[in-house]
Amino acid sequence: MLDRSKIVGLPISRIDGPLKVTGQAKYAAEHFEPGMLFGHVALATIAAGRILAIDTRAAERVRGVVKIYTHENRPKAAYRDSKWKDAVALPGHPFRPLENDRVLFDGQPVAFVVAETPEAARDAAGLIHVHYAAETPHTDIMAEQHNSYEPPVARMKQFLPPPPRGDAEAAFAAAPHKISADYVLAGEHHNPMELFAATVRFEDEGRLTIHDKTQGSQNSRDYVCGVFGLDPDKVIVKNDFVGGAFGQALRPKHHLFFAVMASLDLSRSMKVEMTRREMFYLSWRPSCVQTVSLAADDEGYLQAVLHHAVHTTSRHEDYQENVANWSGLAYKCDNVKISYELVKLDLATPGDMRAPGAASGVAALETAMDELACEVGIDPLELRVRNFVHRDQNQDKAITSKALHACYREGAKRFGWSQRSPKPRSMRDGNDLVGWGMAGGIWEAMMSKGEAKVRLSADGNVMVSAAASDIGTGTYTILGQLAAEVFDCPMDAVTVDIGRSDLPKTGVEGGSWTAATTGSAVQAAAKAVVKTLLDHAKSMENSPLAKASEEQVEIAEGRLVLETNHQVGIALADIMAMAGLDAVEEHAKVGPDMLSMMRYAAYSHSAVFVEVKVDEELGVVRVKSAAFRSQRNATAVTEPAHCPFA
Amino acid sequence: MDTALEDRFPTCPLSLTINGKPYTLDVHPWTTLLDLLRSDLELTGTKKGCDHGQCGACTVLIEGQRMNACLKLAVTLEGAAITTVEGLGTPEEMHPVQKAFVEHDAFQCGYCTPGQICSTIGLLNEGHASTREDIRELMSGNLCRCGAYTNIADAIEEVLADRASYREAAE
Amino acid sequence: MKRFTYTRAETVADAVAALAARPQAQFLAGGTNLVDLMKYDVARPDAIIDINSLPLKEIEELPDGGFRIGALASNSGVAYDARIQARFPLLASAILAGASPQLRNAATTGGNLLQRTRCSYFYDPSTPCNKREPGSGCAAIGGLTRMHAILGASDKCIAVHPSDMCVALAALDATVEVVGPDSARDIAFGDFHRLPGDEPQRDNTLACDELVTGIRLEANHFADHYTYLKLRDRLSYAFALVSVAAAMEIADGRVVDLRIALGGVAHRPWRDPLVEAEYAGAPAEDVTFQRVADRLLLQAKGLGGNDFKIPLARKAIVRALRQAAGGTPQSQTIKAIQ
Repeated sequence: MLDRSKIVGLPISRIDGPLKVTGQAKYAAEHFEPGMLFGHVALATIAAGRILAIDTRAAERVRGVVKIYTHENRPKAAYRDSKWKDAVALPGHPFRPLENDRVLFDGQPVAFVVAETPEAARDAAGLIHVHYAAETPHTDIMAEQHNSYEPPVARMKQFLPPPPRGDAEAAFAAAPHKISADYVLAGEHHNPMELFAATVRFEDEGRLTIHDKTQGSQNSRDYVCGVFGLDPDKVIVKNDFVGGAFGQALRPKHHLFFAVMASLDLSRSMKVEMTRREMFYLSWRPSCVQTVSLAADDEGYLQAVLHHAVHTTSRHEDYQENVANWSGLAYKCDNVKISYELVKLDLATPGDMRAPGAASGVAALETAMDELACEVGIDPLELRVRNFVHRDQNQDKAITSKALHACYREGAKRFGWSQRSPKPRSMRDGNDLVGWGMAGGIWEAMMSKGEAKVRLSADGNVMVSAAASDIGTGTYTILGQLAAEVFDCPMDAVTVDIGRSDLPKTGVEGGSWTAATTGSAVQAAAKAVVKTLLDHAKSMENSPLAKASEEQVEIAEGRLVLETNHQVGIALADIMAMAGLDAVEEHAKVGPDMLSMMRYAAYSHSAVFVEVKVDEELGVVRVKSAAFRSQRNATAVTEPAHCPFA
Repeated sequence: MDTALEDRFPTCPLSLTINGKPYTLDVHPWTTLLDLLRSDLELTGTKKGCDHGQCGACTVLIEGQRMNACLKLAVTLEGAAITTVEGLGTPEEMHPVQKAFVEHDAFQCGYCTPGQICSTIGLLNEGHASTREDIRELMSGNLCRCGAYTNIADAIEEVLADRASYREAAE
Repeated sequence: MKRFTYTRAETVADAVAALAARPQAQFLAGGTNLVDLMKYDVARPDAIIDINSLPLKEIEELPDGGFRIGALASNSGVAYDARIQARFPLLASAILAGASPQLRNAATTGGNLLQRTRCSYFYDPSTPCNKREPGSGCAAIGGLTRMHAILGASDKCIAVHPSDMCVALAALDATVEVVGPDSARDIAFGDFHRLPGDEPQRDNTLACDELVTGIRLEANHFADHYTYLKLRDRLSYAFALVSVAAAMEIADGRVVDLRIALGGVAHRPWRDPLVEAEYAGAPAEDVTFQRVADRLLLQAKGLGGNDFKIPLARKAIVRALRQAAGGTPQSQTIKAIQ
């Protein structure tokens, strides 16, 4: 428990900062291997149909071209879908580059050029002529909505709508105030600043070291091992610096596939980097059409919530996300009906992007709440307050904590919400109409399984290791802080070793769960180190800590001491010297407590207050906003189950 | 392979200075300054974000002026003095702008950061920014998907406020 | 990028001779447009003639109070020149509304003049485009037309000219100076850029063997009443949906000399001197401004995706004229639109 923080929660500069601001941090494309070859992908220019022929003659004549791969000569890869399915895979058939002559989506890879220079690979790719039998593609959700369907196989149970409760339709019909509207959201692209890239060092048959742009080094490793039949002990994937991802790097992309494929086929090291245009074709937040219907009584208490959501997926996989379920738990309502369907389009499979599902669904819900507030005639913030709920009504579970009232209060105060004039068009500033609005936010506070190793040396230095990733999220720094907190040491005594697949097992960096997961693992491992030190301390002659229990001691200023009396203790260096150790290292494994999960649901909540100025004549919109996030989430209450490794 | 075709397009000699160090090279005319830096010279501090002048991640200083390296053919820079992020400072001895970025947490993933920093130095050299609105407009050629914009503006405001000493250090 | 040979010209005569000797060659100045197009394989010269050494960088005052801006003067060099800011603030403002500081440092006056449309179909060699390949068709017609022309389009091409600088130069009635193998000539700005007609591949009236050497501006009295108003999908670093360059002289509350040009709406900056002349002497008030707007947009036609540009342009013209008349030009840094 972190009741009093020495370093956790304090604003400190990122420890990877100096490397990033001086250009010394190396991203996936920034490694160089002797004899490295370069790859460039040629993309389909139709969205649906078949490849009739690929003419590579002009491409082959470019100086430096080594080999050109198409579906006709692609080396064999795994037969079963299961080998291609990574940790974030979906129901359906994962996309296999250059598998056959079918074009499934605009921008699909249709050829891959390997050359001695990146320019040669790029220019040769541009000289490949593909003859297609094009079919009419269907890429517009509005035109295809009528073909929507419920996914036959759920990606995850919790993405499916909860069973309806009460009688939403009847309650809606009977209520005095109601709104019902369609909300259409265009698809969005992750577009992290760094382009997808992989650099593969070919060491010998089956032994590869890969720098990949990925949100999970172990996920990338397991993917290439599955697809190419490699031994995971012989493949290391590194992602020590990742230039943003926002979900696009959760699932391994074709740059990795091609780099490894060519490396194995040619027994050479390889580098493949995508173009920005290529990034737009892969994974995206799907376009989404929603209908939200809300009804309230004269005081604004919700009587009915109905939320129908349809988003797109590809022809070969059923991408799913939790779009509408939030509407059943964000506010108190006993009559709720949520429905959710997919539409197949001739586009690449969508992917989790930056609060997948919630970004779309909560936007619709909160907009609808605002419209309801107008309809009822009460302040939109007051509407939220009246409909506050302390329980997750979807799962009928208590919520671990919900500091949303504090968000509302603090946000309203800092924003000056009480000055708001509710009548539309009543606030002006010169040519601008001024609008003030607010919305609530909600996201899961998840924890997954994770492991970490922590090593405390006799010289006071600390090493933290886990196969976690830092995609700009600050993983390096927070893991360092968590260890420094337990060991009461300065941050510069801590080295954080992450971003390698041969480090302790860690899932993908996603779902906003890394701090809770790997953070807990680091904390657990650090505490296990303390316990080991205590065990050694107890066995010392005339040990002042002979009767102390784990809960009674802590580390302060290089000594293991009683929490209640720092005068009583032993220097860590002395403990280790006595035990003949130059370091103590512990490995911890954590995961969510299944019992707690059965009783509790956990979410983070937020409130956003925004000022918008709209030029009345010209319609130009300028936004200023302030967001207030709930500080509390699940981990304070849900004790992770953990077992230190021997 | 049609080598006759290739031989009609020879390389060109090129001499230039990068971070104070002279280079004598032979480059193909179609090589951009960005690819020369990142691939040929392994100076990977300058980043490729779009390769089309739309993101600013490849911003470097050419004769003290900030420009996108991705749209400059290297051969057109005969005799030029180029400064990249590597020439500004090291983790042990950071340039004041680099320090300000660290102190204000003006980055997250770090990929746009070298471009932001070179662009900031260019902005300082140009001398046209004094208000926060000026900073925001004159840094609009550098995209940051992580959204560190407010912290970047804070860092630059601090640097501007102490401009005299930074102008000295930038030379 | 297609393979090409590279040479440097040291004099204007060399440059022009080199181009004449090799018709598939192109001049390279700042490269911010040409290199971009070459990377997309839209521009495919087999030879590049680097003209960056030519002595065309000066911004010089002329005896009659006008200015000559060399074709190689950088966009930022022109925009921040104290004399240009004092005497031609409309030009400076328009330049600063465009692109990014990095691009403005590299881009040249001549390059800005000659830059090609940013129509996304023009940029995509896998779609038909009459500008890129005469006779192949126009994929923009019937496609996504948000950024396309509402004036002067043809059934061959609906692209717009993307420059901000050119809209100001059109309003200022600049003159383009060009040099050919045997002669030099002036082209009035209004005669420089073309409408697409049946030959959208020709953006302008430059002969294929000519080089732009500079732009001439006449002394004027517009420094007190001007504005460059640019409306776009984001507040910076984006091309115009609609832009307006407006300038006028005012005497006794009446418009003495009115200049107004529109950007983002046509294959070239849209200006109609006849409309300007019609309102000479009219009161500098909204009622005049609305009539000017109506007249300028008389032929405006939407294509579906860009219908919004017509009412937007109407309001933008009125607002810009109001700003110019009031001596409150749009700031390019403070984004509230006065």
